[in-house]
Amino acid sequence: MMAVGALVVGAGTAVALALVAFQSNLIYFYSPSEVLAGELPPQARIRLGGIVEEGSVQRSGSDTTVTFRLADCEQAIPVRYSGILPDLFREGQGIVAIGTYDVQSGFSAEEVLAKHDENYMPPELEESLKDKAGTSCMPVANT
Amino acid sequence: MNRWVLIAPILVVGVLIAIFAVGLTLDPSRVPSPLIDKPSPAFELPSLRAPDQLLTERRFAGQVSIVNVWASWCVPCRLEHPLWMEWAETSDVPLYGLNYKDAPRDALAWLARHGDPYQAIASDRAGNVGIDWGVYGVPETFVIDASGRIRYKHIGPLDPTSMKNTFRPIVEQLLQESGA
Amino acid sequence: MIPELGHFALCLAAGLALMQCVAPISGVVLRRERWQAMAWPLAVGQVVFTIIAYGALTWSFIHVDFSVRYVATNAHSELPMFYRISAVWGGHEGSLLLWVLMLGAWTLLVAGLNRSLPRDIGASVLGVMGAVSCAFLLFTLLTSNPFERLIPAPPEGQDLNPLLQDPGLIIHPPMLYMGYVGFSVAFAFAVAALISGRLDAAWARWTRPWTTLAWSFLTVGILLGSWWAYNELGWGGWWFWDPVENASFMPWLIGTALIHSLAVTEKRGMFKAWTVLLAISAFALSLLGTFLVRSGVLVSVHAFATDPSRGVFVLMIFGFFVGGALLLFALRAARFQVRQQLTLFSREGLLLLNNVFLSVAALAVLLGTLYPLFVDAMGLGKLSVGPPYFDAVFAPLTMPLVLLVGFASAVMWKRGDWSRLRRQSLIPIAVAIVVAVLMALFGVRGLGVSAAILLAVWCMAGALAEPLRITLRRSRVKMGRAQWGMTLAHIGLGVFVLGVALVNHGSIERDVRLVPGETTEFAGYAFKFVGVARDEGPNYDADVGTVEVSRDGKAVATLNPEKRYYRMGGNPMTEAAIDISPLRDIYVSLGEPVQGGAWILRLYVKPLIRWIWSGALLMALGGALAATDRRYRLQSRAARAVTAEAESVHA
Repeated sequence: MMAVGALVVGAGTAVALALVAFQSNLIYFYSPSEVLAGELPPQARIRLGGIVEEGSVQRSGSDTTVTFRLADCEQAIPVRYSGILPDLFREGQGIVAIGTYDVQSGFSAEEVLAKHDENYMPPELEESLKDKAGTSCMPVANT
Repeated sequence: MNRWVLIAPILVVGVLIAIFAVGLTLDPSRVPSPLIDKPSPAFELPSLRAPDQLLTERRFAGQVSIVNVWASWCVPCRLEHPLWMEWAETSDVPLYGLNYKDAPRDALAWLARHGDPYQAIASDRAGNVGIDWGVYGVPETFVIDASGRIRYKHIGPLDPTSMKNTFRPIVEQLLQESGA
Repeated sequence: MIPELGHFALCLAAGLALMQCVAPISGVVLRRERWQAMAWPLAVGQVVFTIIAYGALTWSFIHVDFSVRYVATNAHSELPMFYRISAVWGGHEGSLLLWVLMLGAWTLLVAGLNRSLPRDIGASVLGVMGAVSCAFLLFTLLTSNPFERLIPAPPEGQDLNPLLQDPGLIIHPPMLYMGYVGFSVAFAFAVAALISGRLDAAWARWTRPWTTLAWSFLTVGILLGSWWAYNELGWGGWWFWDPVENASFMPWLIGTALIHSLAVTEKRGMFKAWTVLLAISAFALSLLGTFLVRSGVLVSVHAFATDPSRGVFVLMIFGFFVGGALLLFALRAARFQVRQQLTLFSREGLLLLNNVFLSVAALAVLLGTLYPLFVDAMGLGKLSVGPPYFDAVFAPLTMPLVLLVGFASAVMWKRGDWSRLRRQSLIPIAVAIVVAVLMALFGVRGLGVSAAILLAVWCMAGALAEPLRITLRRSRVKMGRAQWGMTLAHIGLGVFVLGVALVNHGSIERDVRLVPGETTEFAGYAFKFVGVARDEGPNYDADVGTVEVSRDGKAVATLNPEKRYYRMGGNPMTEAAIDISPLRDIYVSLGEPVQGGAWILRLYVKPLIRWIWSGALLMALGGALAATDRRYRLQSRAARAVTAEAESVHA
């Protein structure tokens, strides 16, 4: 009986712990338009997906900060990141940035993820890059 | 109580499978084209080869015709292109092209290199007509019957097998319908 | 011609697999000995044809026959021979075929080594494995045929994904698959027990070595994946909690629980239904791992959109095996219930706790991995569960586990003995405290890290205590391979935990901007950035940086991180430079050039990171050692004699 009691208590604690950690660590995916439309809870850590706007990438002259604009079919958001960008980060490329948004300073990214290879793009990103009629506005590479 | 403990696992897995099944059927991109059996959407586009001429959907009236959506930037289009070259030589059913989101210069260069099987090509540079037609991947091919209704849509490149086993039979059936 | 031959062989294999399933199982149900006896020849036939099919696909790759669609999408005429052979499993279709091939290997092993099984159990096991083979062969043939022709053949193939052109990734999938597929043996034994309604110590003894062996393969597979990510991805991390990794980790956790609960089932005849349930779950999670990862469903349910028939088929296979087995479980498992007193302070009590923690851990991973999928499937939005969730859940779940391991050999079956426990754990506790204090004195301080060191050393010392005692006292008791294996695996766990604790506590990373000639001080090392030169590789151009690392004026290493630009692909690839040593890695990766001739560099110093993989390797070796214990072979023979006797008494 003791054994069963201890088990129930142990498992219960573990599950409760997992659920608490779970609740506070969900990261939602947003597109630039949704962020600008104010659909974001304040201070929320989110995943922001879009296309790196052509000509928008700027490296700071003094430290490792880089800024660029992330766009979907309609809107664009300024993004700031400090550090090494992934290999596949390029202008015109679809990426996902994880971080927080602030109306004044734009999006500060803690992490920038580029797609793994030429053929793969995170599906939520692919979907967010479709206009209302469902056509992709992703620039198509000439091959 | 014990019975329930033993049955619980299968119930849990059953629910899991049900959710997955729902997820699979909810898939938005597999909805069949809502345009099937509807009249082809109206359009008015310049011809690719003679930009001062306008092409419209009225061109399809009175006969079975095929509309192939393609672009010079589209790699799979190159794969299926020989099939259309062969089609133009062997079939009387007219083949029309809808050049989708493409620069006319690139499109013409592409045709010069790979051959031009089309009776006429409409140039949909902005892609608006493509949206009306529900295009979401290039290439796509529509079959339109003699009354101007879309009867079949093939998404992606045709290969010799699907051409022989699916596509041609459908076209032939429509030809018989219109003949009868 | 050869691809058609392969296709034909695959069809024949599917047919034979169907018979391998139907004949023996109906033989068991209807008590026809003759039908049961057909299991072995049918299995051999099925495996032979699977091998022929696999050979045919390999042949097509070696001869780069682009008229085969699968070859055209996964190979290139300039692909080296080595990669041509491994490209066979570079895509979905071929990896399915590899899966079936490995299932064949396991089938032959089981059939060959377990001749001593009672005929009906042996027939059921081969029958269930035949059913699994058949399902996978049908899946391959109907939805993912690797032999499909592409006519006209393209002049050139699309090449193997450059990320996959790495020796580490060549052996990673086969190892992982050996593990996944290996759990089908445990599953088959579980179903056989449910069919026959018999589950005894002998059954557990037959099942144990197979489960342990599969688990070892899985451990190596996961370890290779982690090692590859560390070396190739250029991020310096060894585990990312991404869905693909989680998919292999869940069966590992449940497999670990299964190994331990099998021990209780064998020694004490308890946890029978639970063991069966774990065996079913381990295989279910392996199926999930195989399908969902390869098909991209873990990223999004909609990944099947390109081919819904695959999704439906996968669901059917999953539903058939898991649902079927659980239905049998619901009907039959009541027979396995034992009314036995369980005291928590006993080895089985500790193992029960071990199982609880491992299962909860697996559930936590399952929740974090599948929840985003469910939300997506219900159309409620897109979200992901971040690594902080897993970290937060895992630390409190693994710490008690490691604590338990230290007691493993000091607490006896049935009822532990407090005085014996005190005697035996005194030295390990002392060692653990001394090490933790020493480490704290040397600057490795902090509640979390000190606790982890304490536990890890306790776990290792506790594992070593028993063999040391036996050796020192020249006791007449001899340790078998199973015990040595356990010792090794538990030491491995300690080494692993120590590695993780120190990597988490002590690794330092920094992104810096350096002009050639500039030096930066970091983690006690001086990094001098000499400059970047252009270099040419066989099929790429590269920017090669030179970084001189020194400590207190003494040179430590010269590192050459590269940025490669493949002439074919055009994607740059970061090749980090790593100075390896048992106590720490220095890791430098080259970023991009910025204004003023400067470059961005990422520097890491990671203490004890090698211990993570060494620990995992020790666990796998321990498993392999335990699986080959003579006891399993000898005793299964003895058990057979007993069973035969029992049967003759019944008759």
